[in-house]
Amino acid sequence: MLAQLLQFLFSGLTVGATYALAALGFTLIYNASNVINFAQGEFIMLGGMLAVFFTQSGLPTPAALALAILLPALVGVLVEKLAIEPAKGAETVTLIIITIGASLVIRGLVQVWLGKGTFSLPAFSGDTPIEIFGATLLPQSLWVLGATACVVAALWYFFNRTLSGKAMLATSYNQLAAQLVGINTNGVLFISFALSAALGALGGILITPITLTSYEVGIMLGLKGFVAAVVGGLGNGLGAVVGGLLVGILEAFGAGYISSAYKDAIPFVLILLILFFMPRGLFGARVTDRV
Amino acid sequence: MFKRAYFGLYLVIVVLAVLPFVVPNSFYLDLATRMAINAIIVLGLNLLIGFAGQISLGHAGFLGIGAYASAILPTHFGWHPLLAMGAGAALTGLLAAVLARPIFKLKGQYLAMATLGLGIIISIAVRNEADWTGGPDGMPVPAFGLLGFELSNDKQWYWVVAVLLAISTWATLNLIDSPFGRALRALHGSEVASSVVGVNVVRYKVAIFVLSAVFASLMGSVTAHYVGFVTPNLADFGHSIELVTMVVIGGMASVYGSLIGAVLLTALPQALATFEGWETVAFGAILMVCMIFLPKGLVPTLAARFGKGG
Repeated sequence: MLAQLLQFLFSGLTVGATYALAALGFTLIYNASNVINFAQGEFIMLGGMLAVFFTQSGLPTPAALALAILLPALVGVLVEKLAIEPAKGAETVTLIIITIGASLVIRGLVQVWLGKGTFSLPAFSGDTPIEIFGATLLPQSLWVLGATACVVAALWYFFNRTLSGKAMLATSYNQLAAQLVGINTNGVLFISFALSAALGALGGILITPITLTSYEVGIMLGLKGFVAAVVGGLGNGLGAVVGGLLVGILEAFGAGYISSAYKDAIPFVLILLILFFMPRGLFGARVTDRV
Repeated sequence: MFKRAYFGLYLVIVVLAVLPFVVPNSFYLDLATRMAINAIIVLGLNLLIGFAGQISLGHAGFLGIGAYASAILPTHFGWHPLLAMGAGAALTGLLAAVLARPIFKLKGQYLAMATLGLGIIISIAVRNEADWTGGPDGMPVPAFGLLGFELSNDKQWYWVVAVLLAISTWATLNLIDSPFGRALRALHGSEVASSVVGVNVVRYKVAIFVLSAVFASLMGSVTAHYVGFVTPNLADFGHSIELVTMVVIGGMASVYGSLIGAVLLTALPQALATFEGWETVAFGAILMVCMIFLPKGLVPTLAARFGKGG
């Protein structure tokens, strides 16, 4: 019993960490620009696919992984410069369609370039599972959780202790006011896209040895990241992390105890229930609209 | 009767009436039928997105309910297709109404999330319940008949769908010109202002959401009978996005924009089929370019340029 429970918890936390990274990406971009970036999932896919490509083409692992994070960050910046900035001030639906267009372009290019196959990466430190109370934990899961924890800590430091971080927070509260005190809000937008693409790519790389990757994994991962961001209350960084882990754990428990065929439906049932009973997510702020 | 606002409607009717006599072969007639079906769905969706300013990213789910009601009820329970179609629409309407009340207290992004979730749950359910739905492979749909007359060939279907489209266009034009339509536009402009002048905001939003969902469900049934086969792709997230794209590319809050959007985006995949592998890239690039340079959609942008009301 306990072993099974722990087993589900481990796998839930591992996937949940990836959702958390994706949700942080959604949150960063949403705060900087009010855009829901439907291309977020493609950054996760890019991370995994590029890591596979660079490793297979013979680069040493650290260089391959670094490139697999840097390139998606560059793609994120391109998306921002070429697609989001020119359409500034457009309606929400229009911006959503633009990011969906961007995701189709990215997915399509990867499909043409690397094909429709499914790929894997060797685990970073072997495949010998660690046994804990009868449940097994893959060393790769520790990598996923550890890296996510480091990222969250680094982001916390960035937003609370550095000037650029505080400038980004200020922009998310009130863009006009931020501009008036001399914050370069375009620069903030730029950093947000680079950072969230990099976060997504990191998640994609870390999870690939466990769940494999292909050109189309980004769709579901991205949507679940979006669920996680909304669960935590859109725009709330801590909420995004908790939301990601929660979605991952519930998905794993649901798959284990209820039905594995409906595994992918569980996050969406969860979000409907939450929106019904707690309309602004678990950590969403109470806001009043100004007329 | 000869109101200026109807000028476009007459044009639509003329085009619909002449089309079957000028298309070179049945391939194009089939394409025209599918365009018309999509146009009807998009008219309903545009009422929600363009006029009421609410986003649905799960409309294909409603379409799927209609389509699968028309497939499952006659096949497994021997229901009459018309009854099955009605049952699908009723179920969709009920689901939309139950869902809409709490959700419409929320705003933009959250509504997008909720409808997206609903659509995905429906498409996963359809994929998994293989005993009823045939699973990922889909299932055949019995032919549609009424009073001993069976709709079988492409020409008959075209005329049925064309008449439905003409009626829907006429009804939509009247609807947006009615007090109901004005209330919708008011709440798009400012919810607080419209509630101050006595518009029951939540009730109107629920009504329009249910209406557009039922539109989608009915056309899902029509699609199922017309094609003679349903697959889960009909209810997919990708299809929901396609429908929203038709609304936005054609032009939000524009009746004729809905028609143009449906026609263009139904034809586009056919036109891109020659790109061999690059279809996805081309489709995405076209979406982005359209939205960056014509953020209001084709028809409103062109109408503004030539100084006429869209």
